Amino acid sequence: MNPIFGKLTLEDIPYDQIVTMGAVGVALLGALGVAAAITYYGRWRWLWSEYLTSVDHKKIGIMYIVLGLVMLLRGFADAAMMRLQQSMSLAPNPGYLPPHHYDQIFSAHGVIMIFFATMPLVVGLMNIVVPLQIGARDVAFPFLNSLSFWLTFSGAMLVNASLVFGEFAKTGWAAYPPLSELAFSPDVGVDYYIWSLQIAGVGTLLTGVNFLTTILRMRAPGMKMMRMPIFTWTTFCTNVLIVAAFPILTATLALLGLDRYVGTHFFTNDGGGEQMMYVNLFWAWGHPEVYILVLPAFGVFSEVVATFSGKPLFGYKSLVWATIAITFFSFVVWLHHFFTMGAGASVNAFFGIATMIIAVPTGVKMFNWLFTMLGGRVRFSVPMLWTIGFLVTFTIGGMTGVLLAMPGADFVLHNSLFLVAHFHNTIIGGVVFGMFAGLNYWFPKAMGFRLSEPLGKASFWCWLIGFYIAFMPLYVLGFMGMTRRLNSYDNPDWQPWLVLAAFGAAIIAVGIACSILQIVYSFWKRDELRDLTGDPWDGRTLEWATSSPPPVYNFAETPRVTEIDAWASMKAEGGGMFVRSTPYYDIHMPRNTAAGFLIGIFSIGLGFGLVWYIWWMVAVSAVAMLAALLYRLFQEDIAYVIPAAEVKDIEMRRLEESGQS
Amino acid sequence: MTMPFDLPEAHSVHAPQHPPAAVDDAELTEKTVFGFWLYLMSDVVLFAALFAVYAVVGRSYAGGPTGRELFDLWFVLAETAVLLLSSVAFGFVTIAAHEDRRQATLRWLGATFALGALFIAMEAYEFHHLVAEGAGPSRSAFLSSYFALVGTHGLHVLTGLVWMAVTAFHLARDGLTATVHRRLGLLGLFWHFLDVIWIVVFTHVYLTGVL
Repeated sequence: MNPIFGKLTLEDIPYDQIVTMGAVGVALLGALGVAAAITYYGRWRWLWSEYLTSVDHKKIGIMYIVLGLVMLLRGFADAAMMRLQQSMSLAPNPGYLPPHHYDQIFSAHGVIMIFFATMPLVVGLMNIVVPLQIGARDVAFPFLNSLSFWLTFSGAMLVNASLVFGEFAKTGWAAYPPLSELAFSPDVGVDYYIWSLQIAGVGTLLTGVNFLTTILRMRAPGMKMMRMPIFTWTTFCTNVLIVAAFPILTATLALLGLDRYVGTHFFTNDGGGEQMMYVNLFWAWGHPEVYILVLPAFGVFSEVVATFSGKPLFGYKSLVWATIAITFFSFVVWLHHFFTMGAGASVNAFFGIATMIIAVPTGVKMFNWLFTMLGGRVRFSVPMLWTIGFLVTFTIGGMTGVLLAMPGADFVLHNSLFLVAHFHNTIIGGVVFGMFAGLNYWFPKAMGFRLSEPLGKASFWCWLIGFYIAFMPLYVLGFMGMTRRLNSYDNPDWQPWLVLAAFGAAIIAVGIACSILQIVYSFWKRDELRDLTGDPWDGRTLEWATSSPPPVYNFAETPRVTEIDAWASMKAEGGGMFVRSTPYYDIHMPRNTAAGFLIGIFSIGLGFGLVWYIWWMVAVSAVAMLAALLYRLFQEDIAYVIPAAEVKDIEMRRLEESGQS
Repeated sequence: MTMPFDLPEAHSVHAPQHPPAAVDDAELTEKTVFGFWLYLMSDVVLFAALFAVYAVVGRSYAGGPTGRELFDLWFVLAETAVLLLSSVAFGFVTIAAHEDRRQATLRWLGATFALGALFIAMEAYEFHHLVAEGAGPSRSAFLSSYFALVGTHGLHVLTGLVWMAVTAFHLARDGLTATVHRRLGLLGLFWHFLDVIWIVVFTHVYLTGVL
């Protein structure tokens, strides 16, 4: 092996693959375009000091969301390629993607959508909203928060690097052994998979610790647990799941890595290895993971439905307890991902019943949302449309899930397109719809201006209709016996449904285009769409009590909470919290630091070196990461003061602008 | 209704009736210790996964040597004693730091470090010995899981040693500042936590492996 380049040779760069090179070209052009624009407007310094080195939870949240949206585009491009391939690859037509490439695409699609699109969107919303909702200045550990983001970013960049250098895993997103073992996947694909998830996983774990501490230790006076906004509650439960589940993934991938790098026998065919142990461990993390994603979406819907119905959420306590119940049950259903393992009737029955039970608290929530709307003055704004779309779509997805929870039915439908339709039905109908609802809902809070309503509605309708046309055919195909991950097939009865599904994906593409257009157009018209009140939707929770975007310190004076919907009750009592003259105090805030950014960037080198066996790069990157960490640990000057006079100025200006003075 | 983690009303230093203190070390320490406990709990889950793996494949010898043939219990007992003694030594670090005795704190840190390093050296010797006998991690699933579990604990101890050296430097340079106090506290939690894990390793891997 080459001591300088490890396993990497010029042959590993796929010059000859037009599709890959096209994607790389588009990505590079996009990056160059952004860089040119930043240079043209002279915003590099601004980018560095306002975003890249920021420890402000709002800025970090925005960066997470940008990352999530960009990766969502990449994940969708993979999806569109698969739909196109399957719509044409009826034998003898092989389609346009060879199996070698197609297998990478479906693996990358799953990995990107779960880890690098929806996770950053979820964590981004958590970042922007939770400290504001609990009346805090920032999260508990602002530097760790920055580090978490940059590690997630690093993982995403490693996945993207696999486009240019070598290839990605061809194993599916779960990378089951023995296929993912060195014997059957000798290339670097699985190594990219392992290291990108390990690096991003550390970031996610730190996020979990950070937000649990924030929520448990930094709530405004008077905000008891049972007065927390629902989004904060669901975020809390999600972070409990992160802290309890992500270490299992870390351990599992580490063992798979040892099998591949050291030659151990955890999951190999020989030497006493046990493949099903991987599958069990993977899903012991993997099932909680789906609730890690969907609980915050449930939180978004709860906030949206209460705000846009103009009344308090129906059954706050029942919704909280339903969330806690889901958190618990999410750990005792993992085996339903592989009923066909052959664990026996009793074990399968236990997990089947547990899976059906978890539908009960979810059903409770459905009624919470429906009864909140009942008798309310419902405003059909964009976030509310996504919520109603979710209520219908997720119910269908939930019911097909209960169907799959029956081991007998699962034996027939296991690994079929019925399963693929089911989990897209819940993840798109639940998480993606939730993220779009949340983006439209909190966009004015984060950016200071609203998103265009007509374009938002166009995006919603395209997504909703496109979703049904793209995924309902997959249920049918599942019943017709089509299994997942097929590169080509010889049953002519399947093709019309696959063409229909591809057509649905095209409609979703229009929806995505509308979303992009919505953001661009709203930015262009930002002066007309500006939110001067800080409370554009007549909101109920504390994030609407400060300006849009909030000052760096969030609240000049920490709010005092006496009820569940703190801001709604302040408004009902008259005036709100800012129209009173109080003395202003100096505010202490954490200073920016480049350490998180540097550690994240160096970790890309660490991961790349490990993937390609470039040991000097591993050593250099590890030392650099350690040096950046030590630099941070010995930094003395990590906080600064905003003097009371400046706080007063900021607050007065805000009151003037909003016309409240 | 009262829930766990409901904070007392006057908890927040940012409560409007008091101007916030400059940098509230007490609050920062409390938050940091809480967060570090959460991290330790996640580490428990990590080790739990590795223990589970050992429970599943710990008897899959693949025709290779068994624990009874490989483990020298007296050697491991000595290893255990060294690690436990290092925890005792760290106890004295905590007492000395509490009494603001800088030199004593440094001395006990040195003792803890020496005992920790001795533990790592003994473990390295044991690993080397096993590999030389042809009982390396790639010999069987049993040995894979043994090396992964014990090795992960060893990596934690090694990390603790690096951390200890950095903190000792910090202490020697700045004295017992609030930051150094806080970091010593966290390091103590970490160090004692590794003892607890090792006790389970000793019983679950070595004792039951030989029985």
